[in-house]
Amino acid sequence: MSSVKDWAAPNPVTENRSGIIGKGVERYEGKLKVTGTAAYAYEVEPPSAPAYGYLLAATIAKGRITAIDISAAEASPGVKLVWTHLNVPKQARRGERINPRSQRPANPALAGDRVEFFGQPVAFVAADTWENARAAANLIRVSYAAEPAVLDFRASLDLAEMPDGEEDVLIGDFEGAYARAPAQIDETYFSPLQNHVQMEPCATTAWWEGDKVTVHTSIQMVKGGQHALAETLAIPSEKVHLLTRYIGGGFGGKGQAYDDLTLAALGARALGQPVKLTYTRQQMFQATIHRPAVSMRVRLGAEPDGRLNAFAVEAVTHCARSASFVEHAANFSRNLYAAPNRLTGHRLVKMDIPHAGPMRAPGEASGMLSLECAMDELAEKLGIDPIELRLRNEPDVDPETGKPFSIRQLTECLNTGAQRFGWSRRNPKPGQVRDGRWLVGMGMAAAIRGNFLLPAKAGVRIDGTGVITLRQGMTDIGTGTYTILAQITAETMGVTMDEVKVELGDSEFPPAPGSGGQFGAATAGSAAFEANMNLRRALAELAIGDPNSPLYGGDPTYVTFGNGNIAIENRSESLATLVSRAAPDGVYVEGAISPAADARDYSQHTYGGHFAEVGVDTVTGEVRMRRMFGVFAAGRILNAKTAKSQVTGGMIWGVGTALTEGNVVDNRYGSFINQDMAGYLVPSHADIVDLDAIFLEEADDKANPMGIKGVGELGICGAGAAVANAIYNACGVRLRDFPMTPDKVLEGLMAKGL
Amino acid sequence: MRPFTYERPTDVAAAVKAVAATPGAKFLAGGTNLLDLMKLDIEQPTHLVDVNRLPLAGMEDTSDGGLRIGSMVTNSHLAADARVRSRYSVLTQAIVSGGSGQLRNKATAGGNLLQRTRCAYFYDPSKPCNKRLPGSGCSALDGLNRNSAIFGASEACIATHPSDMAVALTALGASLETMTADGATRTLAVADLHRLPGDTPHIETTLAAGELITAVVLPPAPAGGQVYRKARDRASYAGGLASVAVVGSQVAFGAVAHKPWRAEKTEAALASGAGAVEAAHAELAGAQDNGKNGFKIALVARMTADALAQAREGRGA
Ligand SMILES: Cc1cc2nc3c(=O)[nH]c(=O)nc-3n(C[C@H](O)[C@H](O)[C@H](O)COP(=O)(O)OP(=O)(O)OC[C@H]3O[C@@H](n4cnc5c(N)ncnc54)[C@H](O)[C@@H]3O)c2cc1C
Ligand code: SF4
Repeated sequence: MSSVKDWAAPNPVTENRSGIIGKGVERYEGKLKVTGTAAYAYEVEPPSAPAYGYLLAATIAKGRITAIDISAAEASPGVKLVWTHLNVPKQARRGERINPRSQRPANPALAGDRVEFFGQPVAFVAADTWENARAAANLIRVSYAAEPAVLDFRASLDLAEMPDGEEDVLIGDFEGAYARAPAQIDETYFSPLQNHVQMEPCATTAWWEGDKVTVHTSIQMVKGGQHALAETLAIPSEKVHLLTRYIGGGFGGKGQAYDDLTLAALGARALGQPVKLTYTRQQMFQATIHRPAVSMRVRLGAEPDGRLNAFAVEAVTHCARSASFVEHAANFSRNLYAAPNRLTGHRLVKMDIPHAGPMRAPGEASGMLSLECAMDELAEKLGIDPIELRLRNEPDVDPETGKPFSIRQLTECLNTGAQRFGWSRRNPKPGQVRDGRWLVGMGMAAAIRGNFLLPAKAGVRIDGTGVITLRQGMTDIGTGTYTILAQITAETMGVTMDEVKVELGDSEFPPAPGSGGQFGAATAGSAAFEANMNLRRALAELAIGDPNSPLYGGDPTYVTFGNGNIAIENRSESLATLVSRAAPDGVYVEGAISPAADARDYSQHTYGGHFAEVGVDTVTGEVRMRRMFGVFAAGRILNAKTAKSQVTGGMIWGVGTALTEGNVVDNRYGSFINQDMAGYLVPSHADIVDLDAIFLEEADDKANPMGIKGVGELGICGAGAAVANAIYNACGVRLRDFPMTPDKVLEGLMAKGL
Repeated sequence: MRPFTYERPTDVAAAVKAVAATPGAKFLAGGTNLLDLMKLDIEQPTHLVDVNRLPLAGMEDTSDGGLRIGSMVTNSHLAADARVRSRYSVLTQAIVSGGSGQLRNKATAGGNLLQRTRCAYFYDPSKPCNKRLPGSGCSALDGLNRNSAIFGASEACIATHPSDMAVALTALGASLETMTADGATRTLAVADLHRLPGDTPHIETTLAAGELITAVVLPPAPAGGQVYRKARDRASYAGGLASVAVVGSQVAFGAVAHKPWRAEKTEAALASGAGAVEAAHAELAGAQDNGKNGFKIALVARMTADALAQAREGRGA
């Protein structure tokens, strides 16, 4: 195993001689996407005419299917098959794992008469057209015996239990220190359940050749999907070829496979014909995972100078009864501020609604809404500027583990942001700044999100024309992965981007863990870097050993790559010349990365500061963004443009979290009230007027060989709290119930006599 | 969606006849509402008569100084028309506050008036809804109904009409020209087009089966400022939580009832010299909340007072 020390030496990426690293180069696959020629899973052309599937969803929250009448559906025009739990082909049992190395166990569809949530697929129809399949599905009559269900989270907080295998983290004497603290904050914040609302719904196109199935599906984890399907069908994973070339948004919601994958594969096998199956927009809301709601109690006990002495962040959240998941909404606070006496922990309510699961920055995204507002409340109570309050609680080492930080630029983020944003113009007294009918205010919040490196592999091949093709079982969910892998390859091999090809999303390529947890660029990128370094070594050896090469007999330590050439001082030839002559079939090598043995000796995170200015309409209570600015420190930035898109995208989600987004369970049915994009409001262009972000110079040599870190989740962390704090500064209405819609703000304004 | 047949006549009388001749037939204009509802099986027409080729996309001044707007004029064209912008700015303000640019490019004057409620339960065929399935019950009554009516609701239905354009037309005192199945034409006030839900919320308008709206006729613009105010959860592309149209001393509310709501008591109060706040409250004294939509009463009162004040300052005049 390697050590972080091995990563400190200069390498082609950190030297960045041609300057491609960091440049805001255009998206590698951008042209395909904007011209509509990037085939997403549902659009992939199968080898012969497909049948089209449709799923019928349960309309109760919990209970049993007592009868199901498919006769009308079977007789409906164009219908090829109708499956329910009574006649679906045999699959492995849920959770079963024949191959112990499978990353995911079996996940059978239509697996029984039990209904565990509203929206659960209960029947599958395949027909000659999608319309015929849908029309037939609507003719299926299902009878249920409904059972009492836990559906109302806020009314069920008393059911909350300690999650299995967890305990609270208690350091020092929180209760005592809190009781003695001269300044106290004790507030509870609520953030609602959120849906991922990816543009592209879950979808699969499947076909069989002999005993091997090819599935094009929209999933963030290639191996996870391949293994889940193989286990479900009880076939070896080599018999599943899973491809996921382009993904129209994932955000964590596609970290797992859904029934489209299983039923498309089963349907194609039964029909001897390719099958396409997609979730509808409504099914995406009702029947895939969501970010659970969080009720968070925050207690802060501080000295008059603002130093925190006692600090508790306690989250109550929920998950499906049958699929445990803990939204670790308090975890972030363990690494953020110094305080000697600390209490953090989680409680879980088991509910009869769809599965809770990860969504962009799980934990931080909802968790930071509480503490970062509570810090604002404490700052006001003590008459200290909210930035200054955070600076006074800046720890020298990780506040819980005592480990050194790999690098921590939170202070720089806050100070730079304050200066660039014009924070000094903020009036600390709320409700003072008027602009016509608007009250205007500013708010800020800190951002923190962990950084991770997972094991991954990559393969790289150079052919006789000098074209270098990187292959990896990695995904690009719209984040820019294709592009940064091309940049890493070009810089490492000393060629231009035009000479690089990147092929991703294929279970037969060297595996990478996929996109999630903002570990994608660091993990896949480092494996790609290592593969390219191995290719450099292989080509150096090839040239030095080839009597026809000008480098023949040279010292490999002096070999350099640049401008498409391989060289030792002034002896050089082009890569194309070398390969076409010495290895006409091309050269292929692989590379791998794994976490350094001592990586966990450091506290390693990405950081940021958010600054928001809002206007509150004093007539209607509508809140509109005026400006938002973020400063982030997240290691070396590989691509200025795609990285910025990631953090601004996160900030925009934070705006949505603060102002509009959220779903509500109808407690009578167990369904979500919002199930399309006209009802579930994400920010529109008009909501985001002036929003910008910058990155601080940084390289984290404890992170990986390139010193890069993740940026995909950092932008959302704390963003909503900055907006909420700005609302308070604007109008003096302190809301602790997200999202802060006009009805809530108006009530607050009226209570203040405004 | 059910299988349906389709035709695209070029003659108004032929279009009306075509709908009359086929049970379950409907007109198709921009399709931005009808097609969505068909996909969800909420509307199940057997036959679509596409009215996009009818010669109804023109606009002309009327002899009394008003404006006749063909029912097939798109919302985008209508809002951008120089005459509308200068004489009927409340209409432009209302239209551009609705939907998105893409929707307005497709949406027509006739279709906009006849769009159906955005009540979430109406859009969810798994739930009881008297409007969708008469007699099945109203899920909104005890449900999540922040956006329900504060005027004229019934036990059978508490939905609101979502059109912004219709609110401005109501305040302007606009009327409609129609053609019925037998080829006869008639005129009716926009204010008389929509019905309150009563116990038949599925019957939404006073149009006869197969009656085609051919034009919207605006009277000469009344004196005074024109203001449209709409409160919504996000800055664009969201239905109103409530809206107010003020045209001189004529006032209508949106998203508060099963129809655009002419605020006659506010108008009467204004006529008898009441101030903006008092006049606003005159109508809202008759509003009723159901426990979850109470904020609308205060919201409309505040918006109305504010819009009246702005109109008095001459905005939009
Ligand atoms: C996401 C979304 C957001 C929206 N937001 C708003 C908003 O904020 N404000 C707003 O006002 N609207 C909003 N709308 C609604 C939009 O304005 C309407 O869908 C549109 O105006 C309907 O016009 P159309 O021509 O497309 O009608 P169609 O969908 O073609 O028809 C609607 C109905 O009218 C009938 N019809 C059409 N023309 C005639 C005619 N000439 N005579 C008789 N019957 C006719 C049809 O048979 C059908 O029943 C929104 C819509 C969507 C999808
Ligand atoms: S309010 Fe009207 S539209 Fe909504 S559920 Fe009730 S009956 Fe249906």
